[in-house]
Amino acid sequence: MVLMAPRSALRSLVTDLVTTSVIALVIFGVMVGLKTDTIPGGLALTPRWLAALEIVAVVVVGRLILHLTWWRRKPGAGASWVPAGIATGWTQGIALLAKVARPALLVFALTLPFLPFTDRYLLDLSILVLTYVMLGWGLNIVVGLAGLLDLGYVAFYAVGAYSYALLAQNFGWSFWLCLPVSGILAAFWGIILGFPVLRLRGDYLAIVTLAFGEIVRIVLLNWYWFTGGPDGLSGIPRPDFFGLPFDRAPGGFADTFGIEYSSLHRIVFLYFLILALALLTNYVTMRLRRLPIGRAWEALREDEIACRSLGLNTTTVKLSAFATGAMFAGFAGAFFATRQGFISPESFTFTESALVLAIVVLGGMGSQMGVVIAAVALIGGFEVFREFAQYRMLIFGLAMVLIMIWKPRGLISGRVPSIFLGARKPVSGDLVSQGEGH
Amino acid sequence: MEYFVQQLINGVTLGSIYGLIAIGYTLVYGIVGMINFAHGDIFMVGAFVALIVITALGLTASTGLGLSILALILVLVISMIVASVYGWTVERVAYRPLRGSFRLAPLITAIGMSIVLQNFVQISQGARVKPLQPIISGGHTLMRKVDAQGEFVVQISNMQIFIIVVTFSLMVLFTLLIAKTSLGRAQRACEQDTKMAALSGINVDRTISLTFVLGAALAAVAGLMFLLYYGVIDFFIGFVAGVKAFTAAVLGGIGSLPGAMLGGLVIGLIETFWSAYFSIEYKDVAAFAMLALVLIFLPQGLLGKPEVEKV
Repeated sequence: MVLMAPRSALRSLVTDLVTTSVIALVIFGVMVGLKTDTIPGGLALTPRWLAALEIVAVVVVGRLILHLTWWRRKPGAGASWVPAGIATGWTQGIALLAKVARPALLVFALTLPFLPFTDRYLLDLSILVLTYVMLGWGLNIVVGLAGLLDLGYVAFYAVGAYSYALLAQNFGWSFWLCLPVSGILAAFWGIILGFPVLRLRGDYLAIVTLAFGEIVRIVLLNWYWFTGGPDGLSGIPRPDFFGLPFDRAPGGFADTFGIEYSSLHRIVFLYFLILALALLTNYVTMRLRRLPIGRAWEALREDEIACRSLGLNTTTVKLSAFATGAMFAGFAGAFFATRQGFISPESFTFTESALVLAIVVLGGMGSQMGVVIAAVALIGGFEVFREFAQYRMLIFGLAMVLIMIWKPRGLISGRVPSIFLGARKPVSGDLVSQGEGH
Repeated sequence: MEYFVQQLINGVTLGSIYGLIAIGYTLVYGIVGMINFAHGDIFMVGAFVALIVITALGLTASTGLGLSILALILVLVISMIVASVYGWTVERVAYRPLRGSFRLAPLITAIGMSIVLQNFVQISQGARVKPLQPIISGGHTLMRKVDAQGEFVVQISNMQIFIIVVTFSLMVLFTLLIAKTSLGRAQRACEQDTKMAALSGINVDRTISLTFVLGAALAAVAGLMFLLYYGVIDFFIGFVAGVKAFTAAVLGGIGSLPGAMLGGLVIGLIETFWSAYFSIEYKDVAAFAMLALVLIFLPQGLLGKPEVEKV
């Protein structure tokens, strides 16, 4: 056998960079280099060759830098001979951090409205983050525990929001009466939609749930006399403090407690409301995990055939996960409606489902702490890039791809087993077959 | 009757566009077992490239028919090449590093890639709807009916003939490619057993890359056809068209090429007839509900093989 002379490193580097620039030129040359503009009687082209060439240059230089730094490490330099699955330093460290961080975070969340630097903007943002944390925890039951991939989660969020809005507007029901009803209706829809599709597996289930999410949105959009169609529903009643409205009038919240009226009271109340709802979601999930039903969910995620041969009724197990997840989305939806005062189908697009799923998966499926970190990072990141409103979805998509490539198991991939012998030891996420959806 | 025939012609035209996109889904699903969520957006990119090239060439209805068709073939080739590069890059950047990882990971990167492509086109080309004046005009009258309500004419336009002819010739070409060439053999081998294919000397990475390239090229063809047929595109067309094409792929039996085409035709016909006889607002609901029904009652599709579950 004749051994080929190894190509010199420089030559292969140059070849690689030339290939990169050609590919980047094809990708950006047409799309960025020529912009179509609508003019009377047709379209006109505006050339922007310089912008295209700049992007190509950035790509090539970026790849060169990667070649000189990250990719130059010796093959296997970062590899460890500890088998995958044994808890690594990262997993152990994160687990330790989570132990300390959990109570600290809880105290921080409880005192946030009273901290000196807190203003209206920060409170609004925190409410938004907490809404996504709650949705993430709800979806975590379906995706993280039961391993069912749901791309239409936003449908249940929409059912909850519209249930509250319609019941409150047409029958004048109070928020506290509507909240459980919204949850129950959403769970009910979870069962209706779930029943026929739950014998599907993995990707098929994902695409059907996506289709259902879209169907719900299209129906909301076109059922004009009932849902207001694209105009949405406005004037949804604002929440009151267990019967005391937040206004200046006598008998209002401020008057009853003898404090000065402030428009911030309602915001603080909303903040605690969503915090309580989110914590309820978390608490119920953590309790359910220890119950037989929670164990059945996790067993189902690991191996459906084994579950069936052990006599578990997989349909019931899946349906209960689907319905529980949907119920929490319904609660969150009712909260969303009362907070916004206005809802329309625009708020319940597929992007919303993708965002919640991204929070769950990027955080590390099944990890409650991961959801919090991912929600803060993604929603906070959205706010940071507010000035570049145009670019933030692009950056969001890129971040999703990059984090997934960097850590396919999510940021917190360690798992704390539900059942253990002696001490509770975290294991690496490689040991669990999360979300295979068998 | 005349109305029915007209809708049939429209449905076949639409269906052949869906069929072309569905092939990309079916090939990729067959070989890597993942839903290439960004495929619909590759189709959208193809449509945009076609629009840009048509505008650059200055094609209008006043260009002669022969010259228009020649120019359109040039447009087709360019947008196929550009879309292929997009398809190849998406696979290289977002899917290859995650091959062999757990199944959800590539699905998430695929959704991420889809968001990236949509927003990239939105930023670079603007969010507004792009109109295109019809290029191929004229048509043939097939039937004519005059009654109390007036005259109803069944027409097939030259555009529809062009779309159907190009689609079906590409289909034949493609089927031959899969059946007769060494690339097709490598691809079928990888589809059956990737590890075994690699052991017998097939370059699996290259075969998978080429699958994405072929799928993207066909999506670009569909993009041009969509542009010619509807005359308007925006950066969001990829999502709905993608879901419908995936429905078509599942309906036909995932992994089966003639199945994808057949599924595309069925979905196109359902959508057209639903819009014509029931309500145009709910045409997407019809397509999505069809997807759910097929998966529930006929999970292996019309022409697919039932999946055997091994322990």
